[in-house]
Amino acid sequence: MPAARRVAVVGAGPAGLSAAQAALAAGARVTVIDAAEEPGGQYHRTVPAAYAPRRPGHLQHGWRAFEHRRRRVLAHPRCTWLPQTSVWALERPRPGQEGPPRLHLLCSGPADGAGRPRRTLDVDALVLAVGAHDRVLPFPGWELPGVCTAGAAQALAKGERVAVGQRVVVAGSGPFLLPVAASLLDAGSQVREVLEANTAATTARGWGRRPWELAAQAGKAAELAAHAAALARHRVPYRTGRAVVEARGDGRVEEVVTARLRADWSVLEGTRRTVAVDAVCVSHGFSPQLELPLAAGCALGERAEPGSDTAGTRASGPSGSRGAPDAFVRVDERQRTSVPGVFAAGEITGIAGAAAARAEGAVAGWSAATGGSAPRDPGTRRALRALRRSRDQGRAFAGRLARAHPIGAAWPGWLRPQTVVCRCEETDYGSLCAAFATEAGAAPRVAKLNTRAGLGPCQGRICGPTVAELRRRLAGDAPDRPAEGLPAADPHRRPLAQPIRLGELAAPSAPLTGPGHRPEEESSS
Amino acid sequence: MNGTRAVVLGAGIIGAACARELALAGLAVTVVDRGGPAAATTSHGEGNVLVSDKGPGPELALAQLSRELWPTVLAQVAERSAEGRRAVQAAEWDPKGGIVIATTGAGAHSLARFADSQRSAGVRAEPLAPEALREAEPYVTREHTAAVHYGEDAQVQPAGAATALLTDALAAGATLRGGEEVCSAVVRGGRLTGVRTTRGLLEADLFVNAAGPWSGALAARLGAPVGVEPRRGDVLVTTPQPPTVFHKVYDADYVGAVGSSEEESQTSAVVESTRAGSVLIGSSRRRVGFDDRLRPEVLSAVAAKALRLFPSLARVPVMRAYGGFRPYVADHLPVIGADPRLPGLWHASGHEGAGIGLSVGTGRLLLHLVLGQPPPVDAAAFRVDRPAVLRPRPYQQEEAP
Amino acid sequence: MSSRLVPTERDATGRGGRPLRITVDGVPADGIAGQTLAGLLLASGRSSWRQAPSGAPRGVFCGIGVCFDCLVTVNGEPDVRACRRRAVDGDEVTTGSRAVPRPTDGPESGTGEGQ
Repeated sequence: MPAARRVAVVGAGPAGLSAAQAALAAGARVTVIDAAEEPGGQYHRTVPAAYAPRRPGHLQHGWRAFEHRRRRVLAHPRCTWLPQTSVWALERPRPGQEGPPRLHLLCSGPADGAGRPRRTLDVDALVLAVGAHDRVLPFPGWELPGVCTAGAAQALAKGERVAVGQRVVVAGSGPFLLPVAASLLDAGSQVREVLEANTAATTARGWGRRPWELAAQAGKAAELAAHAAALARHRVPYRTGRAVVEARGDGRVEEVVTARLRADWSVLEGTRRTVAVDAVCVSHGFSPQLELPLAAGCALGERAEPGSDTAGTRASGPSGSRGAPDAFVRVDERQRTSVPGVFAAGEITGIAGAAAARAEGAVAGWSAATGGSAPRDPGTRRALRALRRSRDQGRAFAGRLARAHPIGAAWPGWLRPQTVVCRCEETDYGSLCAAFATEAGAAPRVAKLNTRAGLGPCQGRICGPTVAELRRRLAGDAPDRPAEGLPAADPHRRPLAQPIRLGELAAPSAPLTGPGHRPEEESSS
Repeated sequence: MNGTRAVVLGAGIIGAACARELALAGLAVTVVDRGGPAAATTSHGEGNVLVSDKGPGPELALAQLSRELWPTVLAQVAERSAEGRRAVQAAEWDPKGGIVIATTGAGAHSLARFADSQRSAGVRAEPLAPEALREAEPYVTREHTAAVHYGEDAQVQPAGAATALLTDALAAGATLRGGEEVCSAVVRGGRLTGVRTTRGLLEADLFVNAAGPWSGALAARLGAPVGVEPRRGDVLVTTPQPPTVFHKVYDADYVGAVGSSEEESQTSAVVESTRAGSVLIGSSRRRVGFDDRLRPEVLSAVAAKALRLFPSLARVPVMRAYGGFRPYVADHLPVIGADPRLPGLWHASGHEGAGIGLSVGTGRLLLHLVLGQPPPVDAAAFRVDRPAVLRPRPYQQEEAP
Repeated sequence: MSSRLVPTERDATGRGGRPLRITVDGVPADGIAGQTLAGLLLASGRSSWRQAPSGAPRGVFCGIGVCFDCLVTVNGEPDVRACRRRAVDGDEVTTGSRAVPRPTDGPESGTGEGQ
């Protein structure tokens, strides 16, 4: 019997937890790493234990199954659970050597603490399941307090029982707007309206025929129906083809301007309305968190269509991808990335929701634990086939989701020259247009340094895809081929995946002794 | 020189500075780069404009010429066009001065001697008593043994500076061809008369190799190899902070590391603030070819050295790390001049970590050499036919521990 | 005051809530154990606690540690994401601005307050 393979799973949301469970079942020693105190990710975000909730599963879908999986994984003797741990860097093996990168961790400390011990972890296989966050397109006034992402409203309502406002507009695109509105209603907010920017025709065309059947397959139907019912009960209007195109207020948002949109998201003049609000929650889709996949060297590509064998049908090249906003980690049938020993699951391979993420996670965990060899016993083979079917249904759902809720090309029409695009450095649209119009200063890194867009504390996590898209439109022909040895500019490239304090960086690091061994408790103060 | 056609190979800051001088002198200049302008080494450095790290000699003379030129050049660029003005603003020229700090007895002794020798070459190098140092840099370590203030040291945001120079070159009539790679030379009668590129044939009277760390490989393609190799460096960037570091502050080891030829990783602390409040922390020197892997232990060593200078930065978060490749020549001198083996080919490369600062002086010097005029500084030391350039010793890549 | 904590009596999660107190720029603020600093600040009626370089106010935007808009100094540790850090009884939170340099309190004592 060969020694158990060592598997690290980064991210303990639906995909990661499922990967850990599958890898444990296949005999691996597994280390599960997450920045949060508890598993669950954004999807299963719940109130903290300190709230002593009598019904922690309130507002949760699939809570019982999640609870069961969580307990199974965390209590498993071959599992090491590293909560409140950041992967701040991945170190690729030397040129000519293959295998997963070495993980560099900041262990066991409160978020952004000081003096967290630095650890390294070497494994045989790495599963990346780090998820996604809201993508929000800029509009005038989006930097006002009270304007937040739909994900923020959701995290605060579900995770802390805080309602971000009394009178709220939820706007953007995609089915995620519904659960957010439902959570706000549950938290006692008045949701004035929910605005889907895509027209009814776009959405209907995208979902195609019998969308509910597809949603049912992906485990979405009941969930969405419950949210829709909540909206109906509270008489919240759900409008398609309308968006928040401006937020106004003195020191915080006081009203939003909404407008009817054409299919390409250009504003139909004469349709502007102002709505008094004290909060507006916006999401135009999701941005996969690609810094760790890029640091590992994983190739990106467009989302695979179900049934295609090697995913990423239109790859954008090895680790030097153009970083289109719709770029995801390329994976094959077994969730293998382009880097040997590195697997990916969940939203970083395509936005498809929790059910698909769980299925992908299970396949990834199995592949990571077994090195990808085909299982011998028929039971496991059947189980894997079922998982792949479920994953493919999820991907089909994702494909329709993307077609039903695309980002309309005309959104920059909402912007004014002084509209902030980079929130951190307050770089405005006019400066970016000017930079991308020049011959000498349009290269991505150069424009970044000269306009400062993406140089602030968030390191382009929020504005990066937007700035990259504006560059493609305004300076599409400008070359950005990297020189030998230098990585291509990519809005998601952040070699330091999380901030690390100088004192922590300067301190020596020690290896974690490996999965199955808990790191010694260390004070983090 | 009207009508003379010059092709500058490389649109980094050295290429931009050369193109600007040649274009302003009336040559018909084309700048070719296989990527985008300033996208490689230029936008991966710190933006040093230093005299403090150079001992008396030809490189110091070039640094002094450059330091003198910088403010004038930027003012001219800002005057010539609105685009130039924006680029000059982005260049964040800051004549903040440098402070070199020794932390050992031996270090203090050699720093004092070094400063003496620099003063004899006209450098403003003023020893700082502990109280004066504290006033200049309130957060610097008290565990120091000597400090010298260099009033001439300055800083630029390097991509902005390169954009400014290139914008001015274009305003003076130069043309830019990005995304075009040079494949081979066209030699007629022993003279370089053209280059074949990925887009066809480009003919000219002179060609300037300004491809930075890739200029060794480019020169080899043209049939005249030169000993310019990559030497990697890494920089840490902190989140924006309240003012903590007021000069370019570095430890006296830095001078030794710059002058070393070790293949092993060398680190020394160079600490400075940018206009936005971030603290930039360098630097490491590793000869690892074009290996761009992040090496956390190198970053850790850089951080530890920086904290020796500024202990109070321990709680400040690093939000970004980036690395780049310096064009390294074994004798640590740039290569500026005509290639005696292949008439028509010129080189402007090999500035290692000093290329941002030395760019404007290099452009000026090259122009004089091209025109056959007496150079503003002695160019003999930078000539191409010297052993370090024509017969570079073979080197081995650093082995990872 | 528009953002707020769902009152215990009508919270369907049936939560409890052990009270705790922190200070924000020296002013006491009350919350409950388990809240993040951002949740506590929002629930106490604040919508912003940081200033961008232009001086414009900022508070919570992404809520999950991505946008770095909600940074605060906690017990002398600068740049803590308020949306990710749980409040601890007695935490001293200092708000900051990138517009005006934050005051520093002496060379060897860090960029925040106290060591």
